Amino acid sequence: MNLTLKVWRQKDAKAKGGLETYQIKNVSEHSSFLEMLDLLNEDLINKGEEPVAFDHDCREGICGMCSLYINGEAHGPDRKVTTCQLHMRMFKDGETVYIEPWRSKAMPVIKDLIVDRTSLERIQQAGGFISVNTSGNTQDANALPIPKPMADKAMDAATCIGCGACVATCKNSSAMLFVAAKVAQYSYLPQGQIERKERALNMVEQMDKEGFGNCTNTGACEVECPKGISLEFIARLNSEYLGASVTSGQ
Amino acid sequence: MSKGFSNSSVGRKILMALSGFFLLIFLVQHLVINLISVVSADGFNEVSEFFGTNPVIQYLLQPVLFFGIIFHLIMGMYLDVKNKAARPIKYAMNKPSENASWVSRNMIITGVMVLLFLALHMVHFFFPTINAHYITHEHLDSFEMVASKMANPVYIGIYVAAFVFLGLHLMHGFQSAFQSVGVNHPKYSPIIKKLGTAYAIIVPLGYIFVAVYHYACSFCS
Repeated sequence: MNLTLKVWRQKDAKAKGGLETYQIKNVSEHSSFLEMLDLLNEDLINKGEEPVAFDHDCREGICGMCSLYINGEAHGPDRKVTTCQLHMRMFKDGETVYIEPWRSKAMPVIKDLIVDRTSLERIQQAGGFISVNTSGNTQDANALPIPKPMADKAMDAATCIGCGACVATCKNSSAMLFVAAKVAQYSYLPQGQIERKERALNMVEQMDKEGFGNCTNTGACEVECPKGISLEFIARLNSEYLGASVTSGQ
Repeated sequence: MSKGFSNSSVGRKILMALSGFFLLIFLVQHLVINLISVVSADGFNEVSEFFGTNPVIQYLLQPVLFFGIIFHLIMGMYLDVKNKAARPIKYAMNKPSENASWVSRNMIITGVMVLLFLALHMVHFFFPTINAHYITHEHLDSFEMVASKMANPVYIGIYVAAFVFLGLHLMHGFQSAFQSVGVNHPKYSPIIKKLGTAYAIIVPLGYIFVAVYHYACSFCS
């Protein structure tokens, strides 16, 4: 298949970017979107031009590195997939495909299609962990019984790969689904109880500091999330935060 | 309460929901009074007199209501400005309708339309009532005031349009308020969503019914 690509090109964080148009020919419908970009870059290198910079790592949908706002949707038109899992058969021969970086004040463009997602990491550092002593005397994992439904819920939340699609797709550029998943996963587990209140308060505080927008419950994040993280976790975050605000000593 | 609650994104969302819940109750209360005007002109005048002169309502409940409305609208507009600022560079190609409903994405538009109507509503009904009760101390025939305003087809048109916008606002707002205070349950949330849709249709229709009834009645005599 042959495609017209409109790709966001930006030299560095400070430069003013713009959309460049490229033609790409003989793309296999079985190839992934990133493989298609690899072909584009080979073409560009052969012509002596600067290849398009984009994030990628595992290419099997679990690392959360690939991003891209493709034809107006985070990770493209398919559902519950990352860009590396997006097949070219989702597109029509002759189609024009817009490829843009995630857009958020809190995730600025570094170069071309790569954005700085360290804001998400700083939120995680603010409370997305449990403090346990693991030196030499590690407790057996099965010594602490956890009901299966609770373990399942925690696992559902923990499938968040932190790609930032929720922020990119939210009309308010809100990181609420990401923070909700990270707060919720520990809230169901006994290991997460000790820092439970501080976690909710500190992670929300950091999220606000980073300049993300506010959640208005449109539900776009849930639809575009490659891991299908549910809005239920945002409700969980809301009640965690409310409970912590009322009862915490902070 | 933690110090940062009312300054935080989640705290503000919860406050928006709580003021929203409050306004949902007020809408039903106001509708009940409106419906009385269909049944009995004297009854409506009596109730209006009571609401307009009772000190608990006038000096306690009414200021609380004003605070609720003003808080909801100012916070709503403030959050919208902040949310727009969170994405300084827009997408060249964006398909928001692929993943979110129009009503959920346009709360600010439907909300501002309701606000504009509210301003008109104050000029037409609230200020004349306050004027009669506290300044001129004249007897006010509330039913006559309502009936004469409702005889104007332009006003009826604006009125109906405003309540369609209110219905759209409630279509998202009702269920969204529950989500904001942390209520999302596999068993109860589908019921809440259905209730919200029913509320968003029935309550505005009730208001529209009363208005159209009085308009139709203006041709009766």
